[in-house]
Amino acid sequence: MADSGSERAVDARLSGFATLPWRRIILGILGATIAFVVVVGSYRTLTLPEGERFSGDFWVDQAVNGLGQGAILALIALGYTLVYGILRMINFAHGEVFMSGAFISFFFADAYQKSGLLNSRPYVALTILLVVSILASTVVAVLLERIAYRPLRNAPRLVPLITAIGAQLFIQNAFRGFFGPQPRGYPRPQILEGGIEILGIPVAKVQLLVFVTAIVSMIALQVFVNRSRTGRSMRAVAADSEIASLMGINVDRIIVITFVVGGILAGIAGLLFSLAFTQVQFTMGFRPGIAAFTAAVLGGIGSIGGAALGGFVLGLLQAVGPPLLLTGFGVPSPFSLRDAFVFLVLILVLVFRPGGLLGSGEAEKV
Amino acid sequence: MKRRPWLTVVATVAVLALVASACSNDDGGGDTGGDTGTEPADDEFGTIEVAAGEPINIGTLLVISGADAALGQDSQNGAVLAADYLDGTFDGTDGQLLGHDIQWTHEDELCSAEGGQAGATALAADPSIVAIIGTSCSSAALGVADTVTSEKGILLFSPSNTNPALTSDEAHQPFYARTAHNDRIQGAIVAEFAFNEQGATKLATIHDESPYTEGLTAAAAVNFEAAGGEITVQEQINSEDTDFKPLLRSIAEGDPDVLYAPVFVAACSLIMKQAVDIMPDVTIMGSDGCMSSDTIKNAGDAVDGVFLSSPDISVFQEGDFYSNEFIPAYQEEFGSEPTSVFHAHSFDAANVLFDAIEQVAVENDDGSLSIPRTALRDAVFATSGYEGMTGVITCTELGDCATDVTIGIFEGPNWPVEGGAKPDTPVYSDTKSLDDVL
Repeated sequence: MADSGSERAVDARLSGFATLPWRRIILGILGATIAFVVVVGSYRTLTLPEGERFSGDFWVDQAVNGLGQGAILALIALGYTLVYGILRMINFAHGEVFMSGAFISFFFADAYQKSGLLNSRPYVALTILLVVSILASTVVAVLLERIAYRPLRNAPRLVPLITAIGAQLFIQNAFRGFFGPQPRGYPRPQILEGGIEILGIPVAKVQLLVFVTAIVSMIALQVFVNRSRTGRSMRAVAADSEIASLMGINVDRIIVITFVVGGILAGIAGLLFSLAFTQVQFTMGFRPGIAAFTAAVLGGIGSIGGAALGGFVLGLLQAVGPPLLLTGFGVPSPFSLRDAFVFLVLILVLVFRPGGLLGSGEAEKV
Repeated sequence: MKRRPWLTVVATVAVLALVASACSNDDGGGDTGGDTGTEPADDEFGTIEVAAGEPINIGTLLVISGADAALGQDSQNGAVLAADYLDGTFDGTDGQLLGHDIQWTHEDELCSAEGGQAGATALAADPSIVAIIGTSCSSAALGVADTVTSEKGILLFSPSNTNPALTSDEAHQPFYARTAHNDRIQGAIVAEFAFNEQGATKLATIHDESPYTEGLTAAAAVNFEAAGGEITVQEQINSEDTDFKPLLRSIAEGDPDVLYAPVFVAACSLIMKQAVDIMPDVTIMGSDGCMSSDTIKNAGDAVDGVFLSSPDISVFQEGDFYSNEFIPAYQEEFGSEPTSVFHAHSFDAANVLFDAIEQVAVENDDGSLSIPRTALRDAVFATSGYEGMTGVITCTELGDCATDVTIGIFEGPNWPVEGGAKPDTPVYSDTKSLDDVL
């Protein structure tokens, strides 16, 4: 009896040790460290001696630029998140859907530049470019679904992931094969050159266009998903595709529509990106694709609002984060650490909120 | 992150390279003599035996596919023309060297370390390879192809690597030499132009982590500081990025007079365009990696007033041989204008190599040739006062064979490329010797 009593005491001590809230303690330490880095880093950067310090204009310009970049990322991120919401798969070829729109519309833009239409009738030309870009991206997205994903719909989850990567390589190489590997200059109409002042803040016209178009597209998407019959069906399929199909919803049709919507948004992003950076190349979809996927995960994959928020947050972080936090610690050329910084932020967000900023709070196995 | 586009390129190119090498073996005509196993003990790396009637097998390791194919194909053409000229005329049929034909084995180095490793390993595995003309890109040679070939005692003779480290005390590999200029000279002339001609006192630089761009910015920065200037910042970028505005905005905070960004076409066109709004008063400079008709097409008006440095071709265009015989032969043989400047360096490299083979090869009674590897390397390194197409060639013991180099600075849009404005002559030109620069 005595023996078992002391054993129980040892057990109690051990289990007391083991049941200490380790996870919370580690998270607490991590959180304190991050808070320290953020506060001290920013403080030191902002109180650098006069002459070494960044000007106020610098931060404003970076923030404006970051939001513009973030708007494009958000549009692409929506494509990832919509497909994930419906099919629970990562469409890694979505960056190439975006590239297709930009690249195909380049040929029209180039022709309009040569014929003079781009500057004589800029609104007409831009509308046509938008339609072309959307069409190209949508066609690629639908073909992708039809050829690469639909036959594998009931396969294990890893299989469509690998197919997606294969499709990505295929599309990239197809464009390289057809149109060559060299970067091409995308013409920008004169009306988008220069900038204007909004509340005393100088904003490039093209950035304003990017921002406004992106916001309008996102509102339209929100209305479509929440108010229309098709949108409601999409939400039903996302919630439970089997029950939805029992309720008379044509799941195949909804999935195609999801890819179409993702393609439309990617096409809009493709045109905006081309106008903002005025250069297209067959590899151009890769990095924005990865960044947008990151934004979708950051915001909470599967959540439409999350993807939009994640895009803007990521864009801002990329532009403002490295100089703000790293310069104070004397890190040379902080922008070269941009990707490392962004992914560090992603990991930290997932540690504290496994579901992303607007996610359900639960970890999703991707 | 960066790996996936690579896989794309590698997969495609691997197939192409197989096809290309198969073709090049075909026109050589079957078995190529090779190693007979009778190696004289006096050469550490052995002797190449070329049987009677068999060709002398020379490798090329240049970038002949992908975005930079124009660079490597141009060099390859230069070397092939040197074989054509062995009989003293450009007539489309190769001449002979000591009674043997020249056979080329072309490999692709993909302008990358991985490609350089794979291509050099493939060539080094063939015992009949006498020497290799290559590589195009410094990244394919530095610590990769130069090491692989030097371990086997095969001379790697580059017509277009310009990175200073390749011929530095610390990194030089014993069997590596080049006819291309060392970027210590190009960087020094860029710094001299910025400081003396532009009156700049503050310089900022951007490189993309590739050896070529890093070597150039380092050389320019060292010389600019030595002249009394100040370096505001030395930044680096990822060459696949598209948004350089945050970076340029932060560079603008340092208020430099000149921004020197010797990166490649895609990034360089974007930097020019994005800098127009952000730093309109800063003079933008770049180098030959950006000098391309694609840059003019992509960047449009933004190239106006951008200064690019490049080997001054007008120096060798003055030579009658270059413009009256070599260029017409190039157009005749390959159906196009030269796409880069390094065809001339490649022609010179091949000729120096042929001369060295003639010097050291032992002609045996049965008509076969014995070429000792170390002696061949020593003969190339002993080259002195050779009158080449690019100038007088004298090799140093660290493998720099272009010791006096003329670099021109060209102001956009007056660049000597397709699509550039006339006159395409440099606004500034200077000749420096390796001993003069830091």
